[in-house]
Amino acid sequence: MKFRVERDVFAEAVAWAARSLPSRPPLPVLAGLLIDAQEGGLTLSSFDYEVSARVEVEADVSEPGSILVSGRLLADITRSLPDRPVEMSTEEGDRKAQLVCGSSKFSLQTLPREDYPSLPVMPDAAGTLPGAEFAAAVAQVAVAVGRDDTLPVLTGIRVEFEGDRLVLAATDRYRLAVRELHWVPGRTDLTTVALVQGRSLADTARALGDAESVTIALTGSGSGEGLIGFEGAAGKESRRTTNRLLDGEFPKYRALLPAEASSVAVIESSALLETVKRVALVADRNTPVRLAFEEGQLVVEAGAGDEAQAVESLECGYTGEALTIAFNPQFLQEGIAALGTAYTEISFTTSTKPAVIAGRTEPESASDGSYRYLIMPVRLSG
Amino acid sequence: MTKQQLGRSGARSPAQGYPRGDDAGCHVLHVDMDAFYASVELLRHPELVGTPVIVAGGGTRGVVLSATYEARALGVHSAMPASRARRLCPSATFLAPHHDDYARISAGVMAIFGSVTPHVEPLSLDEAFLDVSGALRRLGSPSQIGEQIRTTVQDEQGITCSVGVASTKFVAKLASGRCKPDGLLVVPADQVIEFLHPLQIGALWGVGDKTEEALHRLGLRTVADLANTPVGTLERALGHAAGRHLWQLAWGRDERTVVPDVQEKSIGRDRTFETDVDDPAVVHRELLASSQSVASQLRARALAGRTIAIKVRFADFTTITRSRTLSHPTDVARDIYATAVALFDALGLDRARVRLVGVRVEGLVDGSTVAHQLTLDERPEAWRAAERAADQAADRFGRGVVRPASLVEIPDP
Repeated sequence: MKFRVERDVFAEAVAWAARSLPSRPPLPVLAGLLIDAQEGGLTLSSFDYEVSARVEVEADVSEPGSILVSGRLLADITRSLPDRPVEMSTEEGDRKAQLVCGSSKFSLQTLPREDYPSLPVMPDAAGTLPGAEFAAAVAQVAVAVGRDDTLPVLTGIRVEFEGDRLVLAATDRYRLAVRELHWVPGRTDLTTVALVQGRSLADTARALGDAESVTIALTGSGSGEGLIGFEGAAGKESRRTTNRLLDGEFPKYRALLPAEASSVAVIESSALLETVKRVALVADRNTPVRLAFEEGQLVVEAGAGDEAQAVESLECGYTGEALTIAFNPQFLQEGIAALGTAYTEISFTTSTKPAVIAGRTEPESASDGSYRYLIMPVRLSG
Repeated sequence: MTKQQLGRSGARSPAQGYPRGDDAGCHVLHVDMDAFYASVELLRHPELVGTPVIVAGGGTRGVVLSATYEARALGVHSAMPASRARRLCPSATFLAPHHDDYARISAGVMAIFGSVTPHVEPLSLDEAFLDVSGALRRLGSPSQIGEQIRTTVQDEQGITCSVGVASTKFVAKLASGRCKPDGLLVVPADQVIEFLHPLQIGALWGVGDKTEEALHRLGLRTVADLANTPVGTLERALGHAAGRHLWQLAWGRDERTVVPDVQEKSIGRDRTFETDVDDPAVVHRELLASSQSVASQLRARALAGRTIAIKVRFADFTTITRSRTLSHPTDVARDIYATAVALFDALGLDRARVRLVGVRVEGLVDGSTVAHQLTLDERPEAWRAAERAADQAADRFGRGVVRPASLVEIPDP
């Protein structure tokens, strides 16, 4: 095997393929990254039985062949190479691979190619949407993905396919993020759901953000041994990944979205975010920030008793009875930041019921119903 | 006449042979009840005074909680298995503990301390440090105050105590240990080194078996050895802070002051099974009972804690502890139990024989300022309310009237 490739192209492709490599692989070969060189291009792939990644890039292949090398090491090397074309070749009958870039030379051990599992077949395409839109939507729900591995269902993002509508949802029990968006389905009567590993989906969506169009592919019923695939092309690269779907019943979240609100506040997003960030400086771990709403004004406070305290007030459009409610400052900040709109609308029922955060483009405009971030308050004392 | 008899005969002057010394500058008192549980039991059983009496919990499998000096003379000491104590001292009378009595008398004793000075730092039910520097003008010299305390405790509560008087906490504690029972010992400020240096290293407060072993490996046996070792050597052997601290102690330096009302650091409960248990279901049930007890104690004191720890002692007496810190402090038995069970199950025991299990909640904070992060899916508040209702029922009708169904003992049909 022998090929020559642009340094940037190669480094990016390796980074993409090595991204999902397990840090503690169940089998040594699964730490490997498969390089397959054929006429006109390279295919790099990785697989850990959960997630597979595959990327095709243009390269000048003078001698076709395929090898398996340590993915992490190759990623570390390619990231730090000088900006010169990269040449890779095998020697000693594929037992070693040589990488030359400028005056740097690396000799890498290869892993046994024959022990490497074959990658799952990409499922049938179900529809497409623009990469940037997909990336933004996934990022908005990814903030609420659970990090507790003892509750695996909550580490996932639920994806609902309903004709030309996609609904993404994630919750860690303290907040719930729901995003609705449109896409172009292969067939309009498609109705199914998939639960996808949240962290991995967020990575994938970000990496496909440059792609003009992302194809989502699904197998069968969408549960059990189901697979979901994503494919996108950016420039001369074509990237594709498959994820095994998570098992389990995602909480029935629609019932959690309050039907109506007793009071609504509208605040400029950046001012609110800055205020919460500042006031939260005195809020120790696990202590909340308190928000007191009244007509025209919001007072944000944190700290109590002998400890450090902070208070700041800001302008706020408010309708409803005066209300004081407390939140975990991090949860609050993440919700406001995820909106991406100039104004933040927060609606409440009571100080112990979930509040709903949504975006508005203008103080008086209707709220943007496509994204809702439900946040559970912190109950003070007692 | 032995020392014990001297003490118990009610001699109110310090036992003969103990130096009174010059107590100027010795403003720290360490007051320690003599054989506290056993002494309290003797109040119920005056006929046993002067005989070996052992207070042990948990029937034949329990451990010695306290013993009279007659039993101690035969080698019985607290925390020893009751079975071993019985072999050492077959003539002893074994009594079950009456914790309510101990708490009542302890409260009385602490009230006496409180009448001397507000600077009282209780270490446990039966011992406390007092800083009497503010009471000198009113009540006399430190040793006079010590004697007044001893007289009052004897008169009001009917038990004896020993008092160490010194310029620092740890010397005062050593002094009370040296004049037991029913004694008072002053270590004058200028004789601290002479007092300390002949002592074995193990006598120093804070030196446990591990530290003692490490120091013995360095060939250090007495406090004088420790004092004459370069501080750098100790820092390397024991860690920077611990090494320096011990070296300071060996020279009689102790910066720690008497801190009144030290907040409780943890609340726990453990229990030794009647017979060793290898059934996880039985262990789970015990964890539940302990979680219930700990949670109701937390609520009664308006505390909540973030760290849940379990202790497991196996049949061979090896003991392990495991802990997990929650994202939010809790005083709810259900949360404590869920964590305790997860910790126990994570041990992956394969029917190991368990002798004792315990649950402890650490990292305590004032429960009234604790903020509870609510969750979307369940109503933990409802559990808390249910447990509070059970607390109220227990206050009114006695402990255990409301409890989880799995803890209800079903009478044999």
